[in-house]
Amino acid sequence: MVRRIDRDQQRFDKIIKGKVRQQLRKYINHGEMIGRKGRETVSIPVPNIEIPHFQHGEKGSGGVGQGEGEVGQPIGRGKGEGDGPGQAGNERGQHIREVELTLEELADMLGEALELPRIEPKGEDALTSQKDRYTSIRPTGPDSLRHFKRTYKRALRRMIATNNYDPKDPFIVPTKDDERFRSWKTVTEPHTNAAVIYMMDVSGSMTDVQKEIVRTEAFWIDTWLKRQYDGIERRYIVHDAVAHEVDEDTFYRIRESGGTRISSAYRAADHIIKRDFPPSQWNIYCFQFSDGDNWGEDNSDCIENLKQNLFPICNLFCYGQVRSPYGSGDFIKELRKVEEEFDNLILSEIDDKEAIYGSIKTFLGTGK
Amino acid sequence: MVVTTYRPLPKELSDIQQEMEQHALDYGLDFFKTIFEVLDYEELSMFAAYGGFPVRYPHWRFGAQYDELMKGYSYGLQKIYEMVINTDPCYAYLLSANDITDQKLVIAHVYGHCDFFKNNAWFSQTNRKMLDQMANHATRMNRHIDNHGYEVVETFIDTCLSLESLIDPYSPHIRRTQKTETRAETKKRTDEESESTGGRFPAKYYMDRYINPEEVLEEEASQKRQKARELSDQMKFPKERMRDVLYFLIQYAPLEDWQRDVLTIIHDEACYFAPQGQTKIMNEGWASFWHSTIMTRHGLTDEGLINYADHHSGTMATSPNRLNPYKLGIELLKDIEERWNKGQFGPEYENCTDMYQKEHWDQDLGLGREKIFEVRRIHNDITFIDTFLTPEFCYKQKMFSFAYNDSNKTYEIQSREFQQIKQQLLNSLSNHGRPVIYVQDANYKNRGELYLEHEYLGVELKLDYAQDTLVNLHTIWKRPVNIETVVDDRPTILSYDGKKHSTNSKEKN
Repeated sequence: MVRRIDRDQQRFDKIIKGKVRQQLRKYINHGEMIGRKGRETVSIPVPNIEIPHFQHGEKGSGGVGQGEGEVGQPIGRGKGEGDGPGQAGNERGQHIREVELTLEELADMLGEALELPRIEPKGEDALTSQKDRYTSIRPTGPDSLRHFKRTYKRALRRMIATNNYDPKDPFIVPTKDDERFRSWKTVTEPHTNAAVIYMMDVSGSMTDVQKEIVRTEAFWIDTWLKRQYDGIERRYIVHDAVAHEVDEDTFYRIRESGGTRISSAYRAADHIIKRDFPPSQWNIYCFQFSDGDNWGEDNSDCIENLKQNLFPICNLFCYGQVRSPYGSGDFIKELRKVEEEFDNLILSEIDDKEAIYGSIKTFLGTGK
Repeated sequence: MVVTTYRPLPKELSDIQQEMEQHALDYGLDFFKTIFEVLDYEELSMFAAYGGFPVRYPHWRFGAQYDELMKGYSYGLQKIYEMVINTDPCYAYLLSANDITDQKLVIAHVYGHCDFFKNNAWFSQTNRKMLDQMANHATRMNRHIDNHGYEVVETFIDTCLSLESLIDPYSPHIRRTQKTETRAETKKRTDEESESTGGRFPAKYYMDRYINPEEVLEEEASQKRQKARELSDQMKFPKERMRDVLYFLIQYAPLEDWQRDVLTIIHDEACYFAPQGQTKIMNEGWASFWHSTIMTRHGLTDEGLINYADHHSGTMATSPNRLNPYKLGIELLKDIEERWNKGQFGPEYENCTDMYQKEHWDQDLGLGREKIFEVRRIHNDITFIDTFLTPEFCYKQKMFSFAYNDSNKTYEIQSREFQQIKQQLLNSLSNHGRPVIYVQDANYKNRGELYLEHEYLGVELKLDYAQDTLVNLHTIWKRPVNIETVVDDRPTILSYDGKKHSTNSKEKN
């Protein structure tokens, strides 16, 4: 039977999720989520869920308390915690509600809000992959896979059958023959593979604010793509004058400085793709973020590299240029020159945090 | 059938319950039959979320409340030990996880509440069959949901709840307004009045100043003006300002029948719960007084002592920025009992200036017990504090008043002076700490606008909430709505016309 309260609670749950949806832009634009990555759910503070009343504000308010203290001594901020002062401990204080959401739910909301199309995998859409599933039982195997319940059940059966079982002294000792082990079957599943390569400029002209914007955007793009593909592989590249492949954690934390040579990142990306992701089998996405302040002579090198190696094999090549107080912002002009030729090249200029939301839509709105 | 989870008390508890009940009766407590049930925390939270009532209409805020209670419990921030509802018979729910000493304490505490519900004057008008009433409300609400859809009704409930505190908590006890005249009656009366006004008599011109003397005409004209003024006062609607805004809306707002019914349900339930808000300090104080009396004299075993002391002191804990109603209530009752036992009251005592004599004043009157029973019968929190709070008590209890300092956004200790503390306490308690708001005019500017007035007592309204509330008020009144209040120390009218908000300083009359 459904309890009355469950129904009311579910309704409440729906309402707060609706609130999150309304304010999604705020959550997307601020990088609060990133630290929580890796957990299954994220907690999001949702203020103002309560019903408004005519009620007293702080101005002119006060109350009566008990305890030591001199006149003029502060007794704590009024807002936020527990019962509000001035109400003789009766009125409920203001609570910030936290709603628990999975990242998938958030990704769906994002998709809905930005009207992102489902991504259609290119090429052979029914690639198969093999997966092991522990679904069967067999009489041999390593101890770590021993199925205790089955083992003891068999032992009990044997002891009863051989009249060795005494219910008053219920000892069960399995023998080798009684042991049973979990076992796997290898199943083949249709699978769409996607490889995503994130490139970030970490040179001196990229300030912490810019990096923060890049990370926030990369996080949401990643969350969305994860939702779209069963198996998604990610690689991370950071570069200044030279490029390094780094792990995800480093990508989200690193601080660097130095000059800028974008082509180094492209070479690294090309290298990774050749090494790990044969383009015939993978949907490949590249997301590059920079303030566009490249070392001048490097630009032609970059374009050449892109035309030769990356454009031909990528589903999408997305370049996001973050506005920086120091960078020249010239690089995007170079790409604009070839924009017409390649319909998988997408450009976006990100002025500030508020622009992240729109930029995500620019990148992912094509549905490729 | 209403209480679906009903499980009789296990033998061990039912023995304790009978023992505690007997103690309570021996001390002269007088209560309705009290039915105890043991619930686990989930069930108890569920009941608590519904205000103690197992059957109520569906609404998300009950779910929100439940969510909060369960979370608070799992994080170890709070715990409900019991819950009692004011009905006849009384229902009391005990937490199954309480240990045996807790159960004793809680049962004794419950009998205190039950006695209070039955005997305190402020509860005398509450519906003791509220279980049935709540279930009826649920049925009516569900019918509206069937007819109009869940979300439509839910949204309207939200709107009504936004106004639920705008009731008159004294309305069951006082008749405030005369019967309102119907429109037909007004017309008949004003027609008659307008005909009766005189004028010049016909007269030849040379006789005119004798037949129609100037002064008399003047006088008549002035009377006529006076009548007209009175008449326009009668057109003012409502004639006197009305405290129960919600009731006013039920009567006069242009609502559909089902909406009027929803608003009526919200109004009736708010009125039912109002006395609990008016007597929080007394009610909790009274229940605590009895659990501590019964437990310390009869209920304690050696092994239960520590648990009792722990639980009791937890309940009595004080904090600087929040007054504990349990603590204030029990201490004040104890103080009254002692004073009336020793005769520390009346003019002779009040006027005594010898501090030593005053402190050791003891006439051995033994009137204390009788006195506190009288107190629990007739007082609410405000009259209780107003009558019995003394400077000695404030000093002993280390009480102080605090105030919000706008410059550093902090609450600060303001004073330890008796008069200030008392005044602040009474202010905080007035109308349960909520602003007092009246319907001043329902035909404001002669355009059917609603004009409310906030009775400003030094604390300003929270502006953003006030604006949101005006929007809800507009949903019901369907014409522009206004509230007169004080913003930044200036009399101000906040208005909402259905599209936009405006804030105007009140022009001087």
